[in-house]
Amino acid sequence: MTTDTMTPAIPVTRGSARSELMKQRVLAARWFLVPMLIALGVVAGWPLLRSIWFSFTDASLNNLYGAEFIGIGNYLRWTTLESGRTIYRGLLVDSAWWNAVWNTVRFAAISVGLETVFGMIVALVLNAEFRGRGFVRAAILIPWAIPTIVSARMWGWMLNDQFGIINDMMLRLGLISQKIAWTASADTAMTAVIVVDVWKTTPFMALLVLAGLQMIPRDIYEAADIDGVSKWKQFWRITLPLVRPALMVAIIFRILDAMRIFDLIYVLTPNSSSTKTMSVLARENLFDFDNFAYGSAQSTLLFLIIAGMTVLYIWLGRVNFEGGER
Amino acid sequence: MTASLAWSYTKKVGFYLLVAVIIVVSVFPFYYAILTSFKSGTDLFRITYWPTSFSWANYTAVMTQGSFPRNLLNSVFVATVTVLLALFLAITASFALSRVRFRGRSLLLMTILAVSMFPQIAVLAGLFEVIRALGIYNTPWALIFSYTIFTLPFTVWVLTTFMRDLPIEIEEAAIVDGATPWVIITRVFMPLMWPALVTTGLLAFIGAWNEFLFALTFTSSNQTRTVPVAIALLSGGTQYEIPWGNIMAASVIVTVPLVVLVLIFQRKIVSGLTAGGVKG
Repeated sequence: MTTDTMTPAIPVTRGSARSELMKQRVLAARWFLVPMLIALGVVAGWPLLRSIWFSFTDASLNNLYGAEFIGIGNYLRWTTLESGRTIYRGLLVDSAWWNAVWNTVRFAAISVGLETVFGMIVALVLNAEFRGRGFVRAAILIPWAIPTIVSARMWGWMLNDQFGIINDMMLRLGLISQKIAWTASADTAMTAVIVVDVWKTTPFMALLVLAGLQMIPRDIYEAADIDGVSKWKQFWRITLPLVRPALMVAIIFRILDAMRIFDLIYVLTPNSSSTKTMSVLARENLFDFDNFAYGSAQSTLLFLIIAGMTVLYIWLGRVNFEGGER
Repeated sequence: MTASLAWSYTKKVGFYLLVAVIIVVSVFPFYYAILTSFKSGTDLFRITYWPTSFSWANYTAVMTQGSFPRNLLNSVFVATVTVLLALFLAITASFALSRVRFRGRSLLLMTILAVSMFPQIAVLAGLFEVIRALGIYNTPWALIFSYTIFTLPFTVWVLTTFMRDLPIEIEEAAIVDGATPWVIITRVFMPLMWPALVTTGLLAFIGAWNEFLFALTFTSSNQTRTVPVAIALLSGGTQYEIPWGNIMAASVIVTVPLVVLVLIFQRKIVSGLTAGGVKG
């Protein structure tokens, strides 16, 4: 992911004609970048700053412009009663918020963990040479191509308590003794969400890992075979270390994606507090409960969490990549 | 000798069993959606693993009642315009980012990558204000405007990785002939870039076609919704009566074109998906 490997443009050599040309190119590059930068500023930069600003105001849905600055009150405020007891309020002491944080982290950790394992297995299968490999690759692209909302609805039907085929299968196989309300019951709702997410995004993981696997030279394995190294040991000693950069990138992409999950949960398990994530809760406050400022505070905290994780990963990733090259 | 033969045979069977599981798990939910979409009446609530009856009733219901055809048109319009806009802005920008060396280029690329990782909810409140101020709330333009936040960084990033792999000799020859950067982009690079543009455009199209959060927030009437929102909000006469047959028919209608496109362009899509991550 470093940009240092980029093809350098026309190399600068002696002569004023060349440097004149370079100047002209850099000038042209500036103008080429301006429209994109303005567009990103208008759709990303400015709205982000406004969202953060709203989190420090008392804005409501119908009174965005009359919003007044109230400091950190949405995050934390306290009143001291006459009895001397202090009552804390605000986002940082809101149990619904911390429940959503826990749900999001739990969801991200479990689903990305499972996707990594399954994605690795699928990638190893696709990396082997066998008849019908093209067919398998086409098949695993189907979950990836299906819109998230459609897969939420499809699985919602399959996981239906009365008429769902999953309950029917499990009853026939004797895995369960009675029908389970997968998406409605608080105990199983998170499982249902994770199952659908793993089904939907394992192909992405598998394709990224496969691209990494295909860059490993085959003769390494031939040499290991000659030395009598078992396949199991070859995987842990050769494949995994060499595919690690690609795997790390895929995992980072997926974790950042899982941390902001909204659509699958909104459709598959609506109004279930056992699956409500940070994004779902923030949108609910912003637009359904008319707590615009409070919702802005929640989305700002989510942004800070994800930004912090990104910085941490770039830092950790750099350490890892350098260690791998030595 | 026979023992090792039996072992290799077992391994082979195990491998193909694994392949079969992967295929069934990947394909079955979509197969079951198609199966359900052709059931009607009480058949819908009889669980079958194979087609037993056949009826177009769900499809005719979805396409004639309600606003689903209109939602389809909205989705096509929004996704197409979003992609064209993003590609237009991204081509020149990625030329600058991939072929010209200037200070702050790495930082700029990192920023663009960071924007594409953005949690969309973080800008939702601010975007809502901008969209209301522009007077485009509850119109397709609100979606085209807001979708730029994820299509533009993505197209810039992927086109930059494609463009920096183009041989430098072509560009040098053009410069010797006195071509300006604009001429180099439009006359020299564009003809070479078509495959990359198609791939990137297709991936961005899928992203815009599937988007839900902005579409749910920035439109408020049946006539302006896109298909993901329409499918998510499709409900029956009462709260407890979910029209599963219609939902499955609508789902199949919006998914079949995507699956066909993805299967046709599968090699290109795989290379496009991995371009940003692994090669960079």
